Amino acid sequence: MSSAVEDIEDVETFRLRAREWIRANLSLASAEHEAGLRAVPAEVELAGVAHDRALQRRLHEAGLNGLVIPREYGGQGLTPAHQRALNEELSGYEWPSRFQVPTISPCGAVLLEFGSEELKKQHIPAILRGEEIFMQFMSEPSGGSDLAGVLTTAVRDGDEWVLNGSKVWTTGAWWADWAICLARTDWDVPKHQGLTVFALPIHQAGIEVRQIEMLNGARDFCQEYLTDVRVPDSHRIGEVNGGWTVATRLLFHERMMHNSPYVTSPAAAARVVGESSLLRVARDAGRLTDPIARNLIGEARVLDLTIDALQQRVAGGVRSGALTADSSAVGRVFLITKAVRTTQIRYEIAGELSAAWADDDGEAAGTGDGYLMRQSSAIGGGTIEMARNVLAERVLGMPREQTRDRGIPFRDVPRGATR
Amino acid sequence: MLLDLIPDQEFFRDTTAKFLEDQVPARLLQQMAATIPDGWEASYWRRGAELGWTSLLVGEEAGGGSVSGQGLVDLCIIAHEFGRHAAPGPLLPANVVAAALSDSGTHPEVLAELLAGTAIAAWCGSLGGGGEAVDIRADGADLVLTGVSRPVETAGQASYLLVAGSTEGGVTQVLVPAGAPGLTVAPLRTADYSRHYAAVTLADVRVPAGALVGVAGQAAPDVERQRQLALVIACAETVGAMQAGFDMTLAWAFNRYSFGRPLASYQALKHRFADMKTWLEASHAITDAAAAAVAQRSGQAGELARAAKAYVGQYGPELMQDCVQLHGGIGLTREHDLHLYLRRVITNAMLYGTPADHRLRIADFVEQREELS
Repeated sequence: MSSAVEDIEDVETFRLRAREWIRANLSLASAEHEAGLRAVPAEVELAGVAHDRALQRRLHEAGLNGLVIPREYGGQGLTPAHQRALNEELSGYEWPSRFQVPTISPCGAVLLEFGSEELKKQHIPAILRGEEIFMQFMSEPSGGSDLAGVLTTAVRDGDEWVLNGSKVWTTGAWWADWAICLARTDWDVPKHQGLTVFALPIHQAGIEVRQIEMLNGARDFCQEYLTDVRVPDSHRIGEVNGGWTVATRLLFHERMMHNSPYVTSPAAAARVVGESSLLRVARDAGRLTDPIARNLIGEARVLDLTIDALQQRVAGGVRSGALTADSSAVGRVFLITKAVRTTQIRYEIAGELSAAWADDDGEAAGTGDGYLMRQSSAIGGGTIEMARNVLAERVLGMPREQTRDRGIPFRDVPRGATR
Repeated sequence: MLLDLIPDQEFFRDTTAKFLEDQVPARLLQQMAATIPDGWEASYWRRGAELGWTSLLVGEEAGGGSVSGQGLVDLCIIAHEFGRHAAPGPLLPANVVAAALSDSGTHPEVLAELLAGTAIAAWCGSLGGGGEAVDIRADGADLVLTGVSRPVETAGQASYLLVAGSTEGGVTQVLVPAGAPGLTVAPLRTADYSRHYAAVTLADVRVPAGALVGVAGQAAPDVERQRQLALVIACAETVGAMQAGFDMTLAWAFNRYSFGRPLASYQALKHRFADMKTWLEASHAITDAAAAAVAQRSGQAGELARAAKAYVGQYGPELMQDCVQLHGGIGLTREHDLHLYLRRVITNAMLYGTPADHRLRIADFVEQREELS
């Protein structure tokens, strides 16, 4: 990116071009096509997927996709500043959310860092054209937070690998195309040293995908069963037994979420919707003038303003070197507690309507179902307990938790009876 | 406080930090209640004024000036050091009143005294206990004040009191000299013993029209501006005290052993520190965001100042009480310095509107915005 600085479009020219195209070609954001773990019929979700694929392709054809990705892989060869400008211009508009996290980052980002030339040329342009949606085959039923303890095994067979095991918490595996899979390739070395990462198509013989029904009726999380799945060695990402290095970068990019320079995400969209809807919940619950409800609305807004300020502080501090990259854990702990608290607030404002509601109760309808999932943000993507460990250990320098799996062959690490 | 200061700001901060360490070390603060009834020596405040403590919100033409071009941001650096040292001195009222006089272009001779630190002014801007309950009526060429304002910081030491009151058709502000007939200043007790508060009672206090600050009946925006300044200064100071309490407690966790392990090795405690660190960083962040907005007089200034006060006012006391808990018994005694910061934080949290007061006001902002869109 740096050597060609003088050749690239300057940010403000780009911004104007993006603005013009967005206003002429995109609709305003609506809940209709929104990705998310909601209880919607399968055909609605599939329509959303198709919509995102088309949107991704249109952005690509307009030169507004993969901004920081090099041109040889179908990107625009621009800078993070261009991406920020695009995100700002997209405020309030629709965007292909299903191609962002985890498709372009962390999956695309890690392909770019560790993938062979052949892999990059095959998959990055396909992602940018809206043809391939990537998911992560990471967590397993045997444990979520202890990622390096995966049991799914890959055994070499000539130019191929044979994978067996089970993966879980894959968002949208039933409609996605490809997966990046962390597997154990050596059981006789300590756990971090025997892992390898592969890319594989999700829909093939040998992979059974099962949708998991969540407490609110959503069925987007999946579990996959891998039985003798054959993956060519050309679809290995990184070194054999070098998978933890790749996984660490996957996690790094994942933690950056919408702050990643790879990710297209309107700078201001969710916020406006979230904030106004609490007010509408109060209105539809008949509590707009109730000081208890108003106190809660004020509290939620305070948290919104504070997370914005905190993210800017942390991002600025990491950029200037005043803070280490691990400081993003501070933002994560705040974000989680804020999400949990906001769900609590919504539930309390709706009051009795959270216990029993009618479809015509407007925004207050269904808050009880939503509240069932209150802890989801404190579990998904790593539990808040893990985030607190990271913060205490890597930011505050406190002693690490004791483990029983260091320095011994993974085969000998104690395991529970359940998988 | 901001993570990245410009060199001039760093120098400014270091000078004040060194002065406070020298003049008001914790061991002196521990004895202060008994030894210095006024809370500080006159020379302490004058020397602080020479370091720039009183001039940052005042225009250059009136003898003021900032370090970075954003006087309030610079002042927050000083306020942060005040909190970090639990320092005495009327930093908030001195600056709020100086800003009011500077902005209105009135009482230049009083402003000069405030800038030099030779006189103290009190700002009667409290929200509770009668803060909005002063009545100002015109009587011929004079203005007559009736009502109560409490608590008022440093009212007992002040030569001048800036009083706002309701008047027919709006809000009026006047500068009342201490000792005016009908004015009583009754000291209050407070948990923060390097601070002094009083109840100000006005019983038909008569002042000439020349006492006006701003335009009679039209001072509401001026009072709102002062309130925003006060909220931001109070938050910056609170965050400094939180930082001191947190640093002290973090060091304790590494040095204190039980069952052969440092406290810092217990996961139950590590997680509490993770939360405290999150509250602390968030408090820094929202306060700095509010300071920048108020300094620039942005449209979001009122909301951000209140959001800062609501957040810092809620999580400041929470953090400090956790610091007490993690210290154990010693945290409940005067033998440890932790209480100096606890006192400052819990007092500031309830002044100039409680967190709940501000949350209710913020709900109004949310509603107004949504009706607009």
